[in-house]
Amino acid sequence: MESRIRNIFLNIAGVLASLSLGVANVSAQESGAAPEVINPAVERRDIDVAAIDTEDFEITGFVGLMSVEDFETNLVYGARLGYHISESFFAQASYGRTEVGTSSFEKLGGGAELLSNRDLAYYDLSLAYNLFPGEVFIGSKHALNSVVYVIGGLGSTDFAEDNHFTINFGFGVKVLPTDYLSVSFDVRDYMFDIDITGENKTTHNLQGTLSIGYFF
Amino acid sequence: MLRGFWLAIGLLLLSASVAAEDDVQFVVVADPYIELHTGPGSGYPITQIIERGQQVGILKRRTDWFKVSSPDGREGWASREQMQLTLQPSGKPADFPDAGREAFDKRRWEWGLLAGDFGGATAYTGFGSYRFSRHLAIELNASQILGNFSDGYGLSANIVHTFVPEWRASPFFSLGTGIIHIEPKASLAQTPDRDDQTAIVGVGVSSYLSRRFIVRLEYKSYVVLSNRNENEDVDEWKAGFAIFF
Repeated sequence: MESRIRNIFLNIAGVLASLSLGVANVSAQESGAAPEVINPAVERRDIDVAAIDTEDFEITGFVGLMSVEDFETNLVYGARLGYHISESFFAQASYGRTEVGTSSFEKLGGGAELLSNRDLAYYDLSLAYNLFPGEVFIGSKHALNSVVYVIGGLGSTDFAEDNHFTINFGFGVKVLPTDYLSVSFDVRDYMFDIDITGENKTTHNLQGTLSIGYFF
Repeated sequence: MLRGFWLAIGLLLLSASVAAEDDVQFVVVADPYIELHTGPGSGYPITQIIERGQQVGILKRRTDWFKVSSPDGREGWASREQMQLTLQPSGKPADFPDAGREAFDKRRWEWGLLAGDFGGATAYTGFGSYRFSRHLAIELNASQILGNFSDGYGLSANIVHTFVPEWRASPFFSLGTGIIHIEPKASLAQTPDRDDQTAIVGVGVSSYLSRRFIVRLEYKSYVVLSNRNENEDVDEWKAGFAIFF
């Protein structure tokens, strides 16, 4: 009696085991066949334009020389944030600082100081046009993308205890070693009115900078 | 120490590029071929093509240009117009919408710069606006005022109502409040700096220009709520550009 019951159980266990093996076999076959059946369905998803990595912003750090009229040429440094609107246009916000030198009046005047604070800081918002896109060649094997742009805009200069309405324009050459890095040489004239030297005049303050940018 | 830093940077860049690899999307060339430029602009030379039937992986986008790669490793930049002629994996034509009039109608954010005259002084305003319905937007303004006798800053929050958004040149009305800080020039007689509250009413016209640009012209009337005997009225005229998202 006991042995018969045990046999029944064993039989049931055997059937279950073979069934589960069979199922395992079937699922193994299914997974073997899977690439043909499932993958096309996965690849058939539609394009999600919003998921494409866009790199329209460019953050830049720069150093260079700025000639502040009457106050010598000095090291200037700062940062820029650009937004590429189209292949031709980009908008750019800049902030730069320099410490001005001494004017000839101060040198000859025997200790007379025109400025109590020698810092100059400016910001501007400018629009640039990519005039000449092209390539620069390094040796016979390497070509890097480049562009010559013209740029101009408005801003303000904090200098000699006052804020001055400032217009800037200039041009730059940008070389792109990779898609997301840029190296630029930029020359601009920052123009503002100032009366510190005894007459109200428009000063031209030329600036040449070298910068490295990162697209994101 | 330094080596560890470069290693960390390297790993970071590697992980970033691996992450980028994962979500590459594909289209199939349907025209006889698409042209690949060396850079994201029509001025860059065409050095390669990808033929009909080939799969094209989309790596990134800059303005209206797409960096793509073919299975055999050709890489370059294709214009939106050319990408528009490809097929999605499902066989439907691909659609890469233009940042155009349609996007303008659906815009949420506007960022812009205006310049003009604030009661005889030169003034700039940077603004950011968020449109929460077809007619209404909330807008934050930050202004710098550069005058002959005094300089200043202004900050304000405004509600902007556009009457007929579907018109190309679309008039709007704005109502706002803010603060204004005025500093008389140092070289003039000593008068103290002033911080006052402002109430602002404005009218203007903004118009879709092309691509992502909006041009805008506005007049605002400021009531400066000073703690002196009389409130001050200041007229402001400004024009400028904005980009939208």
